[in-house]
Formats: sequence, structure tokens, C-alpha cells
Amino acid sequence: MGKKMQIALTVNGEAHELLAEPRELLIYVLRERLNLTGPHAGCETSHCGACTIEMNGKSVKSCTVFAAQANGATITTIEGLGSPDNLSVLQQSFREHHGLQCGYCTPGMITRAHRLLQENPDPTEEEVRFGISGNLCRCTGYQNIVKSILAAAATINGAKEAAE
Amino acid sequence: MNDLTPTPEERTAKLKGLGASRKRVEDARFTQGKGNYVDDIKMPGMLHGDFVRSPYAHARVKSINADAARALPGVIAVLTAADLAPLNLHWMPTLAGDKQMVLADGKVLFQGQEVAFVVATDRYVCADAIELVEVDYEELPVVTDPFKALEPGAPVLREDLAGQTSGAHGARRHHNHIFLWETGDEAATNQAIGDAEVVAEEMIYYHRVHPCPLETCGCVASMDKVNGKLSLFGTFQAPHVVRTVASLLSGIEEHNIRVVSPDIGGGFGNKVGVYPGYVCSIVASIVTGKPVKWIEDRMDNLMATAFARDYWMKGRISATKDGKITGLHCHVTADHGAFDACADPTKFPAGFFHICTGSYDIPVAYVGVDGVYTNKAPGGVAYRCSFRVTEAAYFVERMIEVLAIELGMDAAELRSRNFIRKDQFPYHSALGWEYDSGDYHTAWDKALKAVDYAGLRKEQAERVGAFKRGETRKLLGIGLTHFTEIVGAGPVKNCDILGMGMFDSCEIRIHPTGSAIARLGTISQGQGHATTFAQILATEIGLSADSITIEEGDTDTAPYGLGTYGSRSTPVAGAAAALVGRKIRAKAQMIAAWLLEVHDGDVEWDIDRFVVKGAPERFKTMKEIAYAAYHNAIPGIEPGLEAVSYYDPPNMTYPFGAYICVMEIDVDTGTHEVRQFYALDDCGTRINPMIIEGQVHGGLTEALAIAMGQEIAYDEIGNCKNSTLMDFFLPTAVETPHYTTDHTETPSPHHPIGAKGVGESPNVGGVPAFSNAVHDAFRAFGLRQAHMPHDHWRIWKIANQLGLHG
Repeated sequence: MGKKMQIALTVNGEAHELLAEPRELLIYVLRERLNLTGPHAGCETSHCGACTIEMNGKSVKSCTVFAAQANGATITTIEGLGSPDNLSVLQQSFREHHGLQCGYCTPGMITRAHRLLQENPDPTEEEVRFGISGNLCRCTGYQNIVKSILAAAATINGAKEAAE
Repeated sequence: MNDLTPTPEERTAKLKGLGASRKRVEDARFTQGKGNYVDDIKMPGMLHGDFVRSPYAHARVKSINADAARALPGVIAVLTAADLAPLNLHWMPTLAGDKQMVLADGKVLFQGQEVAFVVATDRYVCADAIELVEVDYEELPVVTDPFKALEPGAPVLREDLAGQTSGAHGARRHHNHIFLWETGDEAATNQAIGDAEVVAEEMIYYHRVHPCPLETCGCVASMDKVNGKLSLFGTFQAPHVVRTVASLLSGIEEHNIRVVSPDIGGGFGNKVGVYPGYVCSIVASIVTGKPVKWIEDRMDNLMATAFARDYWMKGRISATKDGKITGLHCHVTADHGAFDACADPTKFPAGFFHICTGSYDIPVAYVGVDGVYTNKAPGGVAYRCSFRVTEAAYFVERMIEVLAIELGMDAAELRSRNFIRKDQFPYHSALGWEYDSGDYHTAWDKALKAVDYAGLRKEQAERVGAFKRGETRKLLGIGLTHFTEIVGAGPVKNCDILGMGMFDSCEIRIHPTGSAIARLGTISQGQGHATTFAQILATEIGLSADSITIEEGDTDTAPYGLGTYGSRSTPVAGAAAALVGRKIRAKAQMIAAWLLEVHDGDVEWDIDRFVVKGAPERFKTMKEIAYAAYHNAIPGIEPGLEAVSYYDPPNMTYPFGAYICVMEIDVDTGTHEVRQFYALDDCGTRINPMIIEGQVHGGLTEALAIAMGQEIAYDEIGNCKNSTLMDFFLPTAVETPHYTTDHTETPSPHHPIGAKGVGESPNVGGVPAFSNAVHDAFRAFGLRQAHMPHDHWRIWKIANQLGLHG
């Protein structure tokens, strides 16, 4: 145990200030202090990606980041990607193409897919598979996840073209 | 009638019933991160519990000193076996008729075993306190090999069983022997094999693996001392059974226990059993009067909660020269680990392994299974399969391949010559099963045609030639499988778990405005029950699936059922749903007749309404009938519209399928690439094709993991070598191939809607398909049998041993 540290985070557009032990992991600060239970702990070794969030514009596994390391960061979790009345294109696409089953990997998977499409708006199937390879799913065999992400990319790109 | 009157097709489509690829109702909350899993539960004053675990696989526990841990601020209690013994909770019964230590009682028997339970204000303090508990161990000799465990001088593992010459399943012939379970006619089988023209013999090992759902096991126990009620939230695939067991163990009356399975992040068999964490959380909550949460980490999960497989299957199969199989003999040495905690129906200590005659008409067969204790974690659960069915399918599908080699025959042709013919169903197998329905030849021919099997064999032969000429270093393997499963346990007359018959249930209430809530005794772990059970009901009662809420997993509200595993949800609870719908319809018919002022027999069911026979313009829809049930005083009919059905299946169901895997193997690196995977499943009546396809993709990927890399292995002193996701293979999207799915549809004759269950087929059929592809690639170079997992190193070793590295 160490002296508690003052930490400031902006999560899903909301500013938070809190005290955390130096060893406290970001995943538990998000889940247990801020009640954002979308990100899940699956392995605590960075392998499974169920805890994936977006931090300062990058996909990050929040189970192996100390809250203290996130001081000053801008964070987006699954809860910040859409609302019940306004689901994101990816959220809709995962439902449409059966891209989820038990739902445990889904928040991390969609959060990662969201960043992937920012990095590469028009990916090939191979690029999608590589781009989500840090996120494990035990239920779907990935085929419909890949389909969901490719379909979302097409929808987003189609809307962009229509707007231009 | 006018243009605006919906056609029968339109009315049917509106129901989103059987056969519709209905989108899942679960997805709205899961895609928004609003699922409710057990670790999401927070209660006022909630404490955290976690285990001190044994670093040794076999050791005497000489002393436990928890003083320093207890002195740490934030630590509320440290429980040891000595604390649980007065309550008689230091041991607990297993599902297999054995008993298991809840906390180490004098000794530990596997690495990771639970030694003490620390309760603290948060998970960090808990982790600190665990480090402060001093346990003095004296190491004992370790045995992790089941064959060595049965040698005369082997270490005695279970001292608590000293002198017991019989167990729950008959005689024990050695101190590490659990049971010998036999079925079939051994003398006749030996005779058939002895007389045969051709015999193939092989040892087939199905290695130890782990279901490893992405969410680990856990619970929150909350004892309310004011009203005397215990609430237990947890990752339970069988919540009702957990309630009964919790009552029997704790002495708390069953009506004072509420067990809830919230959303479950995958189970695959891992969440069927009762674990020490559940017992300790309950005790800790009773002791402290506060809610106690216990959540495994991944290492705990892989090291201590239920493993699967670990079957050494010694087979002999005989045939005539032209490939007609005459007999099958199998002896299994089953490594059960430190306690026999298999999750099987009570009377079947080797599960349904005796489905191992597979899809073939084999006149005589014998199976003997020896269960053995070793210094390994307990378990033996059905990892995405019905009880030991994947072991059986792997065994017979390997034996067929070995026999094909012995006969010098094409393995597809050998299968085709021995399939049970369509006209033989219902088929009585040599090992005592009654297969309900099947059409194997049609499925097989469709599969061979779909992949151009003859073309593949031609390409393979050319490849072998090119390899021999030094033009390529890659080989081509064609992995064949035709599997038959046995799922949907099961008939109460011979299937029970801890004495509870393996029926299942559905209860439904139709609301006055024509919507409904239905509750079932099962629990979804991601299969989409809330979507598919509503579809079954929609077709039966004529209300849209969108108007039917499905609930499971709360023992205070749902009817009793045996839970979700062994593909039993659709065959058993799905049947209960269909039958409860028919009870509703029977009452609705009387109400409709009264409303229409005709006799009951003068109306007939038509999609979503009762119509007067011969006068289709006179009808009452189910919606109108529902309102009338609550609104009208109908002579001789009780108000309301609800029903409950408990379904005791008359037989199991027998889904089957034909899988073909085409694999490229690099001889020099041992790497592989699945070029094509074709999966044809016949699960009888199809409820939701979209969900079936998703189940097949997922099950095949778990099969890929098992066949190509996943294992729980131990070194000679019992260290578990695969206790993190660094060492335990779970395929990513990159390693996972693209799958092509297909189907035939042979309904079950005894199931109310003809459905058979599908969730586990792809794992059962997938493992032999992947493994056979590896074997087949090397067949031309003399490979008969190589044990799984076929990781790169092991494939390289096969090539090396066959002299292919020059």
C-alpha cells in the first residue's frame, strides 16, 4: 500500500477527480468507483481484451494500466460510444450480424473496433482480423464479428460519401 | 376480407416464430455494456473473499498461521478447514458421488487447491492478506500419470478413503482407483475381433483441456440475518440444483435460499459444478452478516475449477477385408484428478461415452472405463459437449481412420459402408442406445459433393508427388468426420444429478393485452434463450415473439429445472415450452368457442387465432382470447391464462453432422493453415438459423483450439504449466479460419417440435475433423496416430520422426 494519489480523468466527456492507491488498476477504478461496468476483467494479463477502453486516442487494456498512469487522460468506454436512443453504427451492426453471444467480450471488442475504424476507415477482412487480434472471443469464432465490423465500415463510408 | 387483410404468410412472419432468423433481444444491453454479470453486482457493505492456494501438488499441511493476516487493517476473517469442520462444511459432496475438500484438511492434493479463505474489505487488502498467511507444508511424492497412479507402490492420495474397497460406482481395486464402469458384451466383442480378417489397434489420447470461458467463476453470497434468507448470485449453469445443494449443505431450508444466475459470460461446462468458493462465500456471509463476493482470477480458473477430458482410450476395431466393421473394443483410463468431481448423470460415471460406436452399424462392442485419482485438479466436465461425448466421437473417428489405413481403403468410403442406414432408425446400438432418427448417407454425400472430395484427393496425390520430387514443402490434409451426438439429458427413469431427475420446465403467463412472460428452468450462457424460446412459444400460441419476455435463472421465480449443459436446453426446456404453449392453446380453444358461440370442437387453430371450421371469417385472435380470459365470466372456465409444464423426455436426441477440413501443413515449421472448413449439421427442426450458424462458428473455434494447441499439462512434480492465457491457447481472429455451414433437417420423432440441440455439435465433430486433417496430411508417409494438441512443435516432430526433414 502506498500514499493515495490525486487523479483527474475525463471519462466519456465527464470530468472526475479521485484518490487512488498507486497500485490501483484503471479497470477497477472505472468499474467500481465510476460504476462503468462495461469493460470487463477477463485475464488481468493483457491477453483477452475484455477490458479494452480508449485512452488518449489509443486502444488500451485497462487491466494492466494503473489509474495513476491515466492521470490527466481522456478516456472513452463502451458506455460513451452510443446511447439507448442512439446506438452507434458498430453497436447496431453487431446486433444485425450476430456479432456477439454471451456479451462478455463485446464492450471491449466494439471499443477496439471503433478505434480500428478511426485508424483504418476502409479495412480489408485480413486487416480487421489482425486489428482485433488483441481481443479474444470464446463464443462466436469471430466470423460474424468480422462481418459486423466490415458492414459498419461500409455503412459509415456510405454515409460519408452521400454527405459529400 | 380485403386487400388489407394479412395473408397467412404475413401473419406467420409477424410471429417471428420457428425458423425465423430473429435478431437477438439480448444484444441491446450487451452492445451498450449494460449486461449484468456477477462481478458487476455491488451491495452495501460488501466484502471480498479470496483463497490462499497450495503451491504444491501433494503435501501435508502441518500448520497454518494466519495471525499476521488477521492483524492487517481491513481483514475481517481468515477461514481454514478447522473453522469449517464444526459446521461439517470442510468437505462437500461432488456431483459424481465422491467428496471434495472445501479447504485443505490435513493435506493438499493438487497445485492451486484451496487452503484458506481470506475475507477483507476490498480485493487489494484480500491479496495482501493472502501473502501474510503462513502455511507450513511437508512435500509428499507426486503422481500425475494415471497409469503410474495404479502401480502397486504408488503414493496414497486419498487417505480419507483408506480401507474403502468400494465407492459410488462399485469396487475399487487400488488405493488410487475410483471405479471400473463397463457396458456391452466383452466376450462376444473379443470373439468378433479374434475371428476378424482385419484388426486395427491404437491408443488414442484426448488430452486435458479447460473450458476457459472469458468470464471466470464467481459469486456474491448475502445472508440476511433479519429475515433469515440467503441470497446467492453466481455463475451457475444449474441454479436450481445449486439451491438444493446449498440447502442440504447449510441446513438452511430451501425456501429461505434464493439463487440467481445473472448474465453469464460463457460457461461451456466450467460453471456446472459447485466450487469451494461458493461454500466459503456462504459461510463467510453467515459469519460476518455481510455480503461476500468471490471472483476467480484467470490463474485460479485454469488451475482449480473444472478441467475437461484427460481420457486414455485404448481401442481395437475389427472388419472384413472389404471394410464391414464387425466389432469395437475400448478400454479407457480416465484421469479424474484429486477428487471425482465429474459432472455426469449419477448412474453414468463415464457419462455417455458409450455412444462411441458413433454413426456406424457395429454389431458388437464393449466399453470399460477405469477412473483414477492423480495429483491434478478435479473436474471432468463436459466442455461444450454432452457428457464425455466428444471423447467418444474423437475415439471412433480416429479408430475409423486407423482402420482405413489398415485396410488400405479411402476413409470416406469406409464410413459410407458402415453408416447406420436411414431405414434402420430407431436404431438400437450395441452399447444400449436407441438412436431416434438420422439420414447419414444423405448428409455425407452432400458434404463430399460440396467440397469436391474426389478433386481434393486428386490434388492431395499430386501434392505428395510434388513433395517427393522436392517441388514443395507443404502437405495437404483432408480431415473427415461424421459424428453422432447424444444430447438432451434426460429421461428421469435413468438420468439424475444428485437425485434430481433431469426434466426441465416452462411456466407462462399471458397478460390481458396479449403479451406474455415465460420462465424456464434453464439459464443462458450466451446462446440467446431469450430470443429462441420466445420463438418456440410464438409458433405455439400465436403471439409475436416480440411480445414474449423470457426469464431464467432466478430460483424464486423460475420453475425448477436442471440447467444448461449437454445441449439440453432445446431438447428438454424447449420441449417444455412447446407443451406449455399447447396447454395455453387448449384453454384458449374453449374461450374462443364460448366467444364465438360454438362447440369447442367446432373451432380450429390457424397460426394466431381460432377460426370456426368452414367459416374462416369468424375467428378470435389469441390477443382477443387473452383479453376475454381476464374480462369475461365464462361458465366452467377459471379466469386467467397461464400454464406450467414439466417435461420428462422419453429419450435423448441424436444430432449428427458431416465435417470436412482441408489443411495445408508446412513440414519444416509445423505451422498449418485451414484452407477450407465445411460443416454440415443436422439438429432436427431449426428454430433460429442465424443463432445455429453462430453456435457452429463458436464451437468449431473451440474445437480448433483443442485440436491445435490448447492443453492443461503438468510437469512431474505437479506444476500446472498452462495457468495463464500466455500458455493456454485461445485462438484469435487471425488463427481462426472462415467456416462454411450447411444443413440437412431430420426432425426428432419424439420431441414436440422435432428439435435436437446444436450448441455442442461443432465441438464434438470439430476436434476429430481438425485432428484427422493433420493425420491425413502425413498418411502417405506412414503416420497412424499422433496425440493432440497438434501445435507447431508437435507437428514439426511428426514430420521429423517420419524422416521428412532429410
